[in-house]
Amino acid sequence: MGLTLFDKIWDAHVVAQIEGGREILYIDKHLIHEVTSPQAFTGLQSRNLPVFRTDKTIATADHNVPTINQHLPIEEPLSAKQVAMLVENCKDFGVELYGLGHPNQGIVHVIGPELGITKPGMTIVCGDSHTSTHGAFGSIAFGIGTSQVEQVLATQCLLQMKPKKMRITIDGDLPPNVLSKDIILYLLSKLGTGGATGYFIEYAGSTIRALSMEARMTICNMSIEMGARGGLIAPDEKTFDYVKGRAFSPQGALLYEAITYWKSLFSDEDAIFDKEIKYSASEIAPMLTYGTNPGMGIKVDQQVPIQTDHESPESFSKALNYMGLKSGQSLEGMSIDQVFIGSCTNSRIEDLRIVADFIKGKKVAANVKAQIVPGSKQVEKQAIEEGIAEIAEAAGFEFRQPGCSACLGMNEDKVPRGKYCVSTSNRNFEGRQGPGARTLLASPLTAASAAIEGKIVDVRKYPS
Amino acid sequence: MKKFTKVTSSAVPLPIENVDTDQIIPARFLKSITREGFGENLFRDWRYDQSHEPKSDFVLNNDIYKGSILVAGANFGCGSSREHAAWALVDYGFQVVISSYFADIFKSNALNNGLLPIRVSEDHLEEIFKAIESDPNASFTVDLENQSLLIAQTENLIQFEIDAYKKMCLLNGYDDIDFLISKRDEIEKFESTYKVY
Repeated sequence: MGLTLFDKIWDAHVVAQIEGGREILYIDKHLIHEVTSPQAFTGLQSRNLPVFRTDKTIATADHNVPTINQHLPIEEPLSAKQVAMLVENCKDFGVELYGLGHPNQGIVHVIGPELGITKPGMTIVCGDSHTSTHGAFGSIAFGIGTSQVEQVLATQCLLQMKPKKMRITIDGDLPPNVLSKDIILYLLSKLGTGGATGYFIEYAGSTIRALSMEARMTICNMSIEMGARGGLIAPDEKTFDYVKGRAFSPQGALLYEAITYWKSLFSDEDAIFDKEIKYSASEIAPMLTYGTNPGMGIKVDQQVPIQTDHESPESFSKALNYMGLKSGQSLEGMSIDQVFIGSCTNSRIEDLRIVADFIKGKKVAANVKAQIVPGSKQVEKQAIEEGIAEIAEAAGFEFRQPGCSACLGMNEDKVPRGKYCVSTSNRNFEGRQGPGARTLLASPLTAASAAIEGKIVDVRKYPS
Repeated sequence: MKKFTKVTSSAVPLPIENVDTDQIIPARFLKSITREGFGENLFRDWRYDQSHEPKSDFVLNNDIYKGSILVAGANFGCGSSREHAAWALVDYGFQVVISSYFADIFKSNALNNGLLPIRVSEDHLEEIFKAIESDPNASFTVDLENQSLLIAQTENLIQFEIDAYKKMCLLNGYDDIDFLISKRDEIEKFESTYKVY
């Protein structure tokens, strides 16, 4: 029987099997940040243990950092303390840190790929559920809790049960102005937030193959929102081209050797998946969420439903009540208050280019506060060099500094109570963007158009 | 980690599906650098209003419901990987969470903190909610050794699954890290035979 892409990578990383079905899984790269690591370092200290493999550990500050005046001390005392703690821990334990002010700083899932830290065939973990992003390169990448962060720091390994495998195949051409964010929001609306619990997803098919690396990352990023441990895509020439020439990429003969190996990373024709689902790209449209989990999404021209398969009537009405929306209501044409373009889902240079192309020469509607938060210092620099920052500011967007920002509202970037924010981020949970904030998840193009029009519009009406 | 053997308690019902970890502990409370003290902000925005007054319609503010067992709708703990969610539940005093299924990362975090996630069928979950509805003091007994949950009211003894390794850890108060550290020679041997690019 053939092997899946997932099996090939997983099996190559099993140190040992233990009683009860768990396996000791070796981790190639461990990314850490300020919020989920302090207690893990404290654990190491109390056990008097070093970081086992400092060369496989990289840190950055992203979750709670301010996105303006990053050259100044952090004003918020608790955030300042957490970031200072990261600096101190990295120094004490010998871990490479791309902290505030460093040219490599940024959202952990943006910097991994752009620095070439993320490569095919790897196992990658981070104390953050969106670690699944790195699966776009054909790696096994998943989020872990702080106790597991400590385990990886101490041993470079985790005790894991091998998850089940699901393949989602999407074939055909996407309709104009439909982006990869719409694909994943569409999948979520079909499967719900628990539809892939216990599985690791492989995304396949001609639609996926046609996507850029950035677009693939957006899809893998939100695998966790379906409950999956992660999602991955078989590496191909696009992957190899992206990885080549980056700071941590193999060079010369080693690169050639690496690519030879990476080319073996695909699911064999006779590989068996525990679950297979197929969709056609033609059925996907610009998507928006209307509820309080990412599975509560509809096509832009559909109405808010009366019920779903994934929520009880009580939970469903609680969600609509929080959102201030009613069944049967159209989202298209609905006035909005804020637009957030950023997060590990959609803050890469390609996302910013899409936004800039749309808003160039236009003005943000008077009723809207619009923000762009680039995913990293490198994205910020590139956006400035390409004139994107200038276009954004001329249109009335704030162009801020890198961080997780209003995706989770740990810093000052919050959406006020009761306000509607069209957001390119990944979660529309109650209070996610600030207490009482109402989030509508969408693609960068839908978000950009909402900023300009002051309301939700169907981006298929614009030229592609 | 504290040992877990047996718990007999009344239960707190939270019949909502897809309870995400942002509800269990909102992000703005993740700035602590210790594992303690998260219980006071457990379910913060469901529990307190804007003026920080307890919301009377939330179950944790209703004195008739108490106990160390939380019973929740399907897909409990979805969303963020924050272990703070498990710390908050434990700090508040919960020892067991019952649901028809759990998000993977939350389940792992719970087990790593001596909080037992028990997966039951939809029907059994319904039966448990009904038992609490008819009597808020309804008693439940969780016996980890025998992997059983007894609903005293209906005398229904439900068997639940837990993998042998994790069961051993909970019964003895062992952490994964102790086990992994004991395997470091094997890990080093693996590293010497393995190549990554």
